[in-house]
Amino acid sequence: MASTEGAIKDQVTQKPNGIKQLIGQIDIRAYTMIGTLIIIWLLFGLLHETFLTPRNLSNLFIQMSVTSILAIGMVLIIVAGHIDLSVGSLVGLTGGIAAVLSTSYGLPLWAVILITLLAGALIGLLQGWLVAYGAIPAFIVTLGGMMAFRGVLLGMTNGTTISVSDPAFLMIGDAYFTPEFGLFLAALAISAIAYSVWHKRRSRLKYGFDVQPMSIDIAKIVFFSVIIIAFVLTMNAYIGIPFPFIFVVLFALLFHFIANQTSFGRHVYAIGGNVEAARLSGIPIQRRTMILFVLSGLLAAVAAIILTSRLSSATTNAGTMYELDAIAACVIGGTSLMGGSGTIFGALIGALVMTSLDNGMSLLGLETFWQYIVKGVILVLAVGLDILSRKKKA
Amino acid sequence: MYALEMVNITKEFPGVKALDRVNLKVKKGEIHALCGENGAGKSTLMKILSGLYPAGTYSGEIRILGEKKEFRNIKDAEKAGITIIHQELALVKELSVAENIFLGTEPARYGVISWDEMYYQAAKWLKAVGLDISPHRKVGTLGIGQQQLVEIAKALAKNAEILILDEPTAALTETEVDILMGILERLRKEGVSCIYISHKLSEVFRLADKITVLRDGQTVGTFQKTDVDEDRVISLMVGRNLTEYYPRVERTPKETVLEVKNYTVWDKEQANKKVIDHVSFAVRKGEILGIAGLMGAGRTELMLSLFGAYPGRKEGEVWIEGKQVKIKSIRDAIQSGIALVSEDRKRYGLVLEMSVHDNTILPNLAQISKWGIIDEIKGYKHSTQYAKELKTKTPSLETPVGSLSGGNQQKVVLAKWLMTKPKVLILDEPTRGIDVGAKYEIYHLMNQLAEQGTAIIMVSSELPEVLGMSDRILVMSEGRFVKELDHREATQEKIMQAAVGGK
Repeated sequence: MASTEGAIKDQVTQKPNGIKQLIGQIDIRAYTMIGTLIIIWLLFGLLHETFLTPRNLSNLFIQMSVTSILAIGMVLIIVAGHIDLSVGSLVGLTGGIAAVLSTSYGLPLWAVILITLLAGALIGLLQGWLVAYGAIPAFIVTLGGMMAFRGVLLGMTNGTTISVSDPAFLMIGDAYFTPEFGLFLAALAISAIAYSVWHKRRSRLKYGFDVQPMSIDIAKIVFFSVIIIAFVLTMNAYIGIPFPFIFVVLFALLFHFIANQTSFGRHVYAIGGNVEAARLSGIPIQRRTMILFVLSGLLAAVAAIILTSRLSSATTNAGTMYELDAIAACVIGGTSLMGGSGTIFGALIGALVMTSLDNGMSLLGLETFWQYIVKGVILVLAVGLDILSRKKKA
Repeated sequence: MYALEMVNITKEFPGVKALDRVNLKVKKGEIHALCGENGAGKSTLMKILSGLYPAGTYSGEIRILGEKKEFRNIKDAEKAGITIIHQELALVKELSVAENIFLGTEPARYGVISWDEMYYQAAKWLKAVGLDISPHRKVGTLGIGQQQLVEIAKALAKNAEILILDEPTAALTETEVDILMGILERLRKEGVSCIYISHKLSEVFRLADKITVLRDGQTVGTFQKTDVDEDRVISLMVGRNLTEYYPRVERTPKETVLEVKNYTVWDKEQANKKVIDHVSFAVRKGEILGIAGLMGAGRTELMLSLFGAYPGRKEGEVWIEGKQVKIKSIRDAIQSGIALVSEDRKRYGLVLEMSVHDNTILPNLAQISKWGIIDEIKGYKHSTQYAKELKTKTPSLETPVGSLSGGNQQKVVLAKWLMTKPKVLILDEPTRGIDVGAKYEIYHLMNQLAEQGTAIIMVSSELPEVLGMSDRILVMSEGRFVKELDHREATQEKIMQAAVGGK
């Protein structure tokens, strides 16, 4: 059977080249997104001397955290061929719940977080149930949710702003890790990457697949290490890694794992790619769909806790239009609204692009109306260019 | 002891009895062909067996190795060892070949997929179906035939005891069909039972041990292959003897209608690859020109390009009734009197949710409109007339086309193009996936149209059809016409020889 084994090995072995070998499976569209981001940063850096300072970059990462967390949940929903328009209102509502629990009832932080997350998940469950088992289009269910949740928030707060005074709560959005701890985290991350590269190599060897030369694997580890260290040193040059950004990293890693390494995640891609095929393969589509909305609701609650803490209060219009920012981030990051394709990593880059635009234009003192126009044009342009490039490739 | 028994299965849909006390018994290691016209109930029966119609929605009993079973869903049926390969490809184009093979049965621990295991296993199964591609490739980048083989690999990977194949060879080339036959024969030796559904009786007789014929939702009977022949099975399927399967009419074609000179088409994806290479041909009034060739020979591309529907660059001259025409779009083609019935009616031919009437008038709105406003009465006059002329079986003109049988859907496609009053009617695989009775009616219609002076170009992969219907046959191979045959001298052997590149 030696020849058979050999043939299988050849079949499985991919021969990637150059940069793709270095960074692995992140697709080509992600690179163009990163390119766009770098151009935007350089442009703002040239136009305004403070844009690329550690202080402003630190702010930028804090600013992007809420949109990013919403975008992470949104990616999978869009990949499955649905949409969630309610996340903005849900951020407002769960933020209100958190503030009421903390201020009016004086609950300790752990209880506040637990109940808020539970509320987000339950609301997601309700919407998911209506979409999956009620067969009502997600667009309608979540459009209804967008209006209704805002209404509940107004009723609950009587239209007033509820301030938060619990110092522990306020830490979530405002704290920074000490530089030393930041370096410790960097070391941890680099070890984790090294371990995963090694683990993957060992697994491939076990199955008799060809492995990349050791030098490539080492180059890969070095490449990511440089990025991580550069990031940590930049943040440390100001105060340290902002606490909210850690949530972004954690959830991004978690959801990247869910999307790519679990049956659940791959089923979501299959459902969005060809729902008939998914059904005929025995995938429980309704259950999968419902869970997606639970996850989205959960992430909205996480975003709400961060936002409320940063603003040190819950306002009635908190989170307004956030769903559109999240959707824009996904789409700029290469998620197809037709379903079936999209990456967490792309959505993060998309969120960073959107936030950089906000931040840079504010620094330049551009009037608000211009900011809206520029963001709108960039969104359509980004997707237009993407479609154009894919057409050319095809 | 039977591997599978389906006893007295009755299934009703609102207003229709789709299955009426159907019986099917399959032994271990037997290839059992299931024959019947479209609408005879084959697919419904298989949907019950594979758990798509759960227990309780039908009456009757399913027994596996003598033990009564009730399937609530696809998973239940799979657990009992039943796997189905569907007629329409059930693959996710954005996912890799390996992921598709293991979709729903991913090798995973605690829900975490073991990717290397999956690719390793996938490569084994790909080898088993003779497919030499990387399991990392996205399914969307594969050809239709390759996708069908992936589908088969997917079924095999489930280690089925009972394998159901629903028209598995519709998209396969001759070599791929041979591979499939080899696989099935190997499975038979390993004791796997196969239920084989196919319209192609030659395959059925090459492969099957037993044949069960269904007609109008009832079992006509189960026969040993050696006890019956193709003609007998056809007559059992349609319930009458088809004395003349291909109704040949002798005609004398008149003046030339369409002339194509030095026509070249470049690939839509690779701009410097020619799919059609300097071809010239002509069709005359009242003639049926058959175009034969293997899949990928460029037949469909040529037809689409002439119809202005192929995105690749083209060069050459097209003359209609002695005048040179420039066809830049489908509109141009329709106005010049060309109509095309595409090979995939569900994707390109019909808007399935729209009614028979709306589909018929769709390309003809200008004809029945004034100042952009549709004259509905005029429209209905046309759609009624065509439904009657083509004997379209439909409850009403308002019925959504998607709910009709394949043959009747094809008639609606024909109606909409006939209404454009074409001088040249191009038919790409006009009888693919439709039943014997409807086929016969379509052949008759083609004869009628030729009689009335329409020039017909028929692209077909079914050689008996090409031989039976064409006045003249052009054989295409690698983008060129390699042989021209008069129907009196043409044989299957001559066509195949030319198509595979011989002389």
